[in-house]
Amino acid sequence: MNKRHLYLLVGFLVGLGLMLFLYKALVLGFPLFSTSKSDVWQVEARLTIAARDEPVKATLTIPRTGSHFVVENENFVSRGFGLTTGVSDGSRLATWSKRRAEGRHTFYYTATVLQTATRTTTITVPEVQVPEYNDQQRQAADDLLGQLQEQSADNDTLIRNLLKRAKYDAADENLRTLVPANLTLPKTLNAISRVLNYAGLAARPVHGIELANSTVNIPVHHWLEVYDRGWKAYDFNTLDYLDGNYLTWWRGEKDMVQIKGATLERLTLSTQRSEETALKSAVLSGEQKNPIWQSFSLSSLPLDVQHVYRIILMIPIGALLLVLLRNVIGIKTFGTFMPILIALAFRETQLLWGFIFFTVIVSIGLGIRFYLENLKLLLVPRLASVLTIVILLMLLISVVTNKIEIERGLSVALFPMVILAMTIERMSIVWEERGASEAIQQGLGSLLVAALAYLLMTDDFLTHLIFIFPELLLLVLGSMLLLGRYTGYRLTELFRFKVFS
Amino acid sequence: MFNILRQNARLRQAGILGINRRNADYTLKYNPRHLYPLVDDKYRTKLLAQQAGINVPELYQVVETEHDTCYVHEKLADHTDFVVKPASGSGGDGIIVITGRRKQAYRKISGKLLSPEQLTHHLSNILSGMYSLGGHIDKALIEYRVRFDPIFNDISYQGVPDIRIIVFLGVPVMAMVRLPTQLSDGKANLHQGAIGVGIDIVTGVTNFAVWRNTNITEHPDTGVEVSGIQLPQWDNMLEIAVRCYELTGLGYLGIDIVLDRELGPLMLELNARPGLNIQIANRQGLLHRLQKIEADHLELQTVSQRIAYARHHFT
Repeated sequence: MNKRHLYLLVGFLVGLGLMLFLYKALVLGFPLFSTSKSDVWQVEARLTIAARDEPVKATLTIPRTGSHFVVENENFVSRGFGLTTGVSDGSRLATWSKRRAEGRHTFYYTATVLQTATRTTTITVPEVQVPEYNDQQRQAADDLLGQLQEQSADNDTLIRNLLKRAKYDAADENLRTLVPANLTLPKTLNAISRVLNYAGLAARPVHGIELANSTVNIPVHHWLEVYDRGWKAYDFNTLDYLDGNYLTWWRGEKDMVQIKGATLERLTLSTQRSEETALKSAVLSGEQKNPIWQSFSLSSLPLDVQHVYRIILMIPIGALLLVLLRNVIGIKTFGTFMPILIALAFRETQLLWGFIFFTVIVSIGLGIRFYLENLKLLLVPRLASVLTIVILLMLLISVVTNKIEIERGLSVALFPMVILAMTIERMSIVWEERGASEAIQQGLGSLLVAALAYLLMTDDFLTHLIFIFPELLLLVLGSMLLLGRYTGYRLTELFRFKVFS
Repeated sequence: MFNILRQNARLRQAGILGINRRNADYTLKYNPRHLYPLVDDKYRTKLLAQQAGINVPELYQVVETEHDTCYVHEKLADHTDFVVKPASGSGGDGIIVITGRRKQAYRKISGKLLSPEQLTHHLSNILSGMYSLGGHIDKALIEYRVRFDPIFNDISYQGVPDIRIIVFLGVPVMAMVRLPTQLSDGKANLHQGAIGVGIDIVTGVTNFAVWRNTNITEHPDTGVEVSGIQLPQWDNMLEIAVRCYELTGLGYLGIDIVLDRELGPLMLELNARPGLNIQIANRQGLLHRLQKIEADHLELQTVSQRIAYARHHFT
């Protein structure tokens, strides 16, 4: 194997990769940047009840696929309760029940919500249910609507006027008869929608959450929908169209939760944004130009497999970084690919918590490993013991953090435990043979490489680029082959041999 | 930034061999993988050397099975002092030095006593692979305890100093002597805190010393100057080193030799991936010498030719 052979091979790989890349980017028009972010959200409802040794039935309304959102991958955590889902009055309901329950119970509902481009479906004109008013209310409604219609040019202004008066005009008797003051917002909205129904307009109160950022414990937002050549959403706070990205959770006058045989302790809703680029839409444009090419691309795979490949395809990028850091810079790490696997675990735990978990597990594990050293155990039983200890530590962290309600603590279970066990083993050996400073240095080196690999492997632009153009990995392979014959000094060697300066 | 580039250029000019180049251009190129077991297993190395007539510390016993560990005591009855070591150990781990006896018990070099049961336990630990690279099943070697030459009395702290010679394609390239210190706990490994002292390949006189990556002139524990010492039997040592190349066929090889006060130089072990600190100890880069040998090695056929070549070119 001479150098020319290597250069030819590298040249071929790079050339092929670049050719495919340029063809797809320039001719087929695959997007270089993830322009349209299709928004994918994880929503979670967490319901805590206190049961008092009675039959318990807890009903939670759950979102349904609507015109703006697709709800999929629903998941329920019931913990010993029976679960049924159903539809009632146009709302989807999840019901947890148990013949006899006592103490505190928590149920989870999670789902993936995909925001879609608004579909122009033919909406059937809804029937208006005329509210059952008594004589006094009917009189008041007639008077009020008469005034409003005089002041309004069309339905839209009429609705706005009504909302405005309901909000500010506390003295108006007609209005107060129909929409009493001091009602909660959902009840106020319900009363207003009844007035509008009386006027012949289909209207309903709507409840949902805003999808803006990843938030824990978001409040339920309430607004009003009125049918006026299509459903229109009005925000009672701003007295204008609803502005923002709202997921409709349920409609109507009912409460979100109904509980029998227990009391509601807490209901929290949270959302998390999944940084999913609009693969579908990005690739859709390519589909139109060249369907054959498309059928052989990654986007032809099922969505969940695609998701796995989004992660897997970034591993070579991390490996290339590792090669650079180890062979060109000269950072020492434990194990060749350990930092990459740790970086993959950081995806779930996020950087800060990943650091904390790694440090905690490795430090405690190392302490126990030093104790085991005294017992002079044989290698394989010793490794097995360290592995078991690592798993117990992970369990402990999950339980403790769950108790003090640090949600991230649960993700520690995604740490590669065998790798952690091997890290502890190697670290203790280096500690014994070469001293504490060397061991800590290598440990920190591994963490640093893992952090850098994590940042690189989760970079949005790079992830998008590699996913849309996997042939770029040929360039990565080429660089790796070249680095395989890199014979220059490592950066750290410049300091090691500083006596020669 | 400029500093880095300047330092890079300086090292290049000095012909310093870096890890990447050592691996890519020398060990990967000249040390075929299938020859590694010859040097990784000290038992095989020793047998090979004995067959070729190279002096090694005499092997009293090799313990290969759990069964052997019980009979070891009877067979060792004739020897009052000896060394126990794992055949595939690294970094001096698992080595026990016995200097005498007291009734049934063995006396370690530290003065502590070791019962026969304790020795048996240590042997079975070695067999289980506790000290071997990768935890593979290992053998225990029980061999002659080297009494090092008095020349090292003042410049060594416990342990046995050894001489490392790097041989490339049969030509001695560079040499150093490694002196144990208090920090290295009597071990002769530089990364554990031993001193490396460069040796003039022509004369066998020590020159510069490196301790923990910095240059020193005196032994940190004894305060005695370590440079300017003429090593006895230097010619013999060079010859042993060159013959070890012929023995193994490994092109880039580190040879560790100990100097016994009665038996002279004894080959202790071989290393197929010798470290780079020898350059600091000699204040000299390896690269220019290696490249010169690469160009000329085909003309060098005999041991004496190769030694003469080194003496002529590497002053």
